[in-house]
Amino acid sequence: MSAAIRVNGVSKQFGSFSANSNISLAVEEGSIHALVGENGAGKSTLTKIIYGMHRPSSGEIAIKGQTVSFTSPSEAIAAGIGMVHQHFMLIPELSVAENIMLGNEQTWLFGRMQMKKIRDRIVRDSEAYGLGINPDDLVESLSVGEQQRVEILKLLFRDASIMIFDEPTAVLTPSETEQLFLTFHSLSKKGKTILLITHKLDEVLAVADTVSVMRKGEIIGTMPTASVTKPALAKMMVGRAVLLKVDNPPSEPGETLLSIRNLEFTNLNGEKKLHNLTLHIKAGEIYGIAGVEGNGQNELLQALRGLAPAGTTITGEAALNGRSLLGKNAAETTLLGLSHIPENRLRDAVILSFPVSSNLIFGRHRERSFHKGAGFDQAAINRYTESMISDYDIRCSSPTHQPLSALSGGNQQKIVVAREFSRPGISLLLLAQPTRGVDIGAIETIHKKIIDARRQGMAILLISSELEEIIALSTRIGCLFRGAIRHEFSLDEVAIKRNQEHEFMKEIGLHIT
Amino acid sequence: MTKKTGQFLIPALSILSALLFSTLVIVMTGRDPIMIFNKMLRATFMSSYGTGQVVFRMTTLVLAGLAVAIPFKLKLFNIGAEGQLQMGAFAAAMTGVLIPAAISSPLAVSLCILSAMAAGGCWALLAGVLKVRFAVNEVIATIMLNFIAQGATGYLLTYHFALPSTVHTASITPAAIIPSFDSVTGWFANSPANISTLFSIGAALLFQTILFKTRFGFEMRAAGLQPEAARYGGIKADMHSLSAMGIGGAIAGLGAANIVLGYKHYYEGGMTGGIGFTGIAVALLAGANPLWILLSALFFSFLEYGGLTVNAYIPKDIFMMIEAVTILLVITFSAIGKRLQS
Repeated sequence: MSAAIRVNGVSKQFGSFSANSNISLAVEEGSIHALVGENGAGKSTLTKIIYGMHRPSSGEIAIKGQTVSFTSPSEAIAAGIGMVHQHFMLIPELSVAENIMLGNEQTWLFGRMQMKKIRDRIVRDSEAYGLGINPDDLVESLSVGEQQRVEILKLLFRDASIMIFDEPTAVLTPSETEQLFLTFHSLSKKGKTILLITHKLDEVLAVADTVSVMRKGEIIGTMPTASVTKPALAKMMVGRAVLLKVDNPPSEPGETLLSIRNLEFTNLNGEKKLHNLTLHIKAGEIYGIAGVEGNGQNELLQALRGLAPAGTTITGEAALNGRSLLGKNAAETTLLGLSHIPENRLRDAVILSFPVSSNLIFGRHRERSFHKGAGFDQAAINRYTESMISDYDIRCSSPTHQPLSALSGGNQQKIVVAREFSRPGISLLLLAQPTRGVDIGAIETIHKKIIDARRQGMAILLISSELEEIIALSTRIGCLFRGAIRHEFSLDEVAIKRNQEHEFMKEIGLHIT
Repeated sequence: MTKKTGQFLIPALSILSALLFSTLVIVMTGRDPIMIFNKMLRATFMSSYGTGQVVFRMTTLVLAGLAVAIPFKLKLFNIGAEGQLQMGAFAAAMTGVLIPAAISSPLAVSLCILSAMAAGGCWALLAGVLKVRFAVNEVIATIMLNFIAQGATGYLLTYHFALPSTVHTASITPAAIIPSFDSVTGWFANSPANISTLFSIGAALLFQTILFKTRFGFEMRAAGLQPEAARYGGIKADMHSLSAMGIGGAIAGLGAANIVLGYKHYYEGGMTGGIGFTGIAVALLAGANPLWILLSALFFSFLEYGGLTVNAYIPKDIFMMIEAVTILLVITFSAIGKRLQS
């Protein structure tokens, strides 16, 4: 076999920052090659160079033996490279066929479109690779997994022989992930080369032939996946031994703190997003919500936090320590003893251009202890900032000057966690995707802090699309499907099933699809 | 390039290139640029009267600049400083005319300033309410309010309050007059510069403190930068939009203290002409930062009065061009600077 992609001594500098230094890599034709590394390790810079979105500062790239120097993605596409982005580039209102031919209409601007020819081609590809997509369906009617397959069909339509996937499983359910891996295998059997960018080590071990580990802009090693273990990969990625599973001692829940009864949520379009949802969380308990995104997770959080947009209707009961959370705004629910880590932290939880210390008080800036006279008590804020930075291992160069946007995703999230976990007088933590897009090292810290918070007797609602995370942390697990808890695993069940993680994941998967 | 050097380099480069451009234009009009710049300097900063003229203009421009900059922190573009200043000026003059002559001077001055600020503030608040309540674009609302302010003051002046065969109101009561620097300290002899300059500098310093040291400013900046995050943080973004517009308008109204109470002592048609619009440029050049507004207002005042002093050699139109080109250069340079940093 020869190399489909050969990267030779490629470096990329952004100002004085070296995103990639002296990278050499060979991706064999017809193989599934995984590229793993923490955020900021340089994975996406490298893929952007291969895909023609960045030009390397030095070094060269060869595609199937031909040295290339792409100036734009269209040149990469012409050379047979295709990319499936994390966020799909599809127009929901158009049909599958229309989406696939978009940008590749195979006629001149005012020419007649060869719809039949295009449709036939799509049907053929879909059958050949077992994708099961009908070219006439509207994209908006498809599930996320199916939309991803439309993206794959798009690449096939453009005769791509090298396919780059950027974190493809981030949006998929467990069964969709399995289906995707089958697709990978059938693609590679027919000679397509797959470059898989991911940070999920289990997936690498499950599907890839070869894995390359990146750290701090360098390739640490490339090896056959058959010869490595998960802890070894993690150690290569982070540079030190990492505790992959948080130590989760048995918990002894106390009295009920949060009780939700018959909660109903009707959104602006009149759609019912929560149906008769009932659940209780006790002190010292982590209640994990497993579910595919869009089954009511956001609405549940909005209802509890007081962030539901005007015009929505919420009925039923939701009370924390006996006091109702409904009909209150975000500032008021907080005062009842609630802390919230939102899913989209960059949009909701932080102000990107504010420095670290301002972000550590953001949302808590009304607390008396941060004020003196008419203004802020800078000395008190600095003391608090110092203690948070050391408690939560936040890495930054200057807490009062460095804007938050200059920090890595993991450190940004540690700031949010530090701020929300240390609120005075909290009894309920709402955690939405607390470790999404966060490095393994930071995940370790955050998971420990979640278990610590449970030990201190807080009630914790954990929403995560990572079933592993739900299983590792939760005391009880509720399976959310179409706005209701469809099945609940008790404390004892979770404690036992946690030891057979894979089977447990499959079992949960059945209840959420 | 680091952020710090960029902050100084970008305005410096744009002013330098604006200077280059003006030199070119002056040469093209057949004049000696060195002579022109020399004359300008002599007539402005090298004479106490000239400095006073620049300081007088700067005083109003700082306030007009703040009136634009404060709503700008919430991503609201206040094009209406012009109308707000006009309403303020008219209100100050009418208050000064109507209050009894026996009132003590501090009270009279305070009353006039308060009514000017209230008039300007309410005028801007109207645009704020339309924006928050009905999502009417504030640019359109403030432009329309400018026309209405011009029409209303014009009508009231012409048909009701102008002294016969003049275009100005009666003079305000002497107690409401803000004294000139000349009469108090002997500075800036005979120039219109008056004690109001202190209000103006004070306002800039006050807003610098409020924006960066208080909870109010913290919330305001957060709400402007990331409205969703502000909501999550329990900040009432609408309340901040309203108060930013209201405060901006009130600050524009305060400009009346300088031109009505400190200088003319009556309201005259067209006395505010264009100041509110130059305020937009002042705020943009300063990146909406209150302290930089002081410098940027100084620069624009120098151009404006400097242009007048060499009127005999260089038409005023040329200086209008220089001003406008400077704004364009600043905006372009700061866009380039941002691109370089990312």
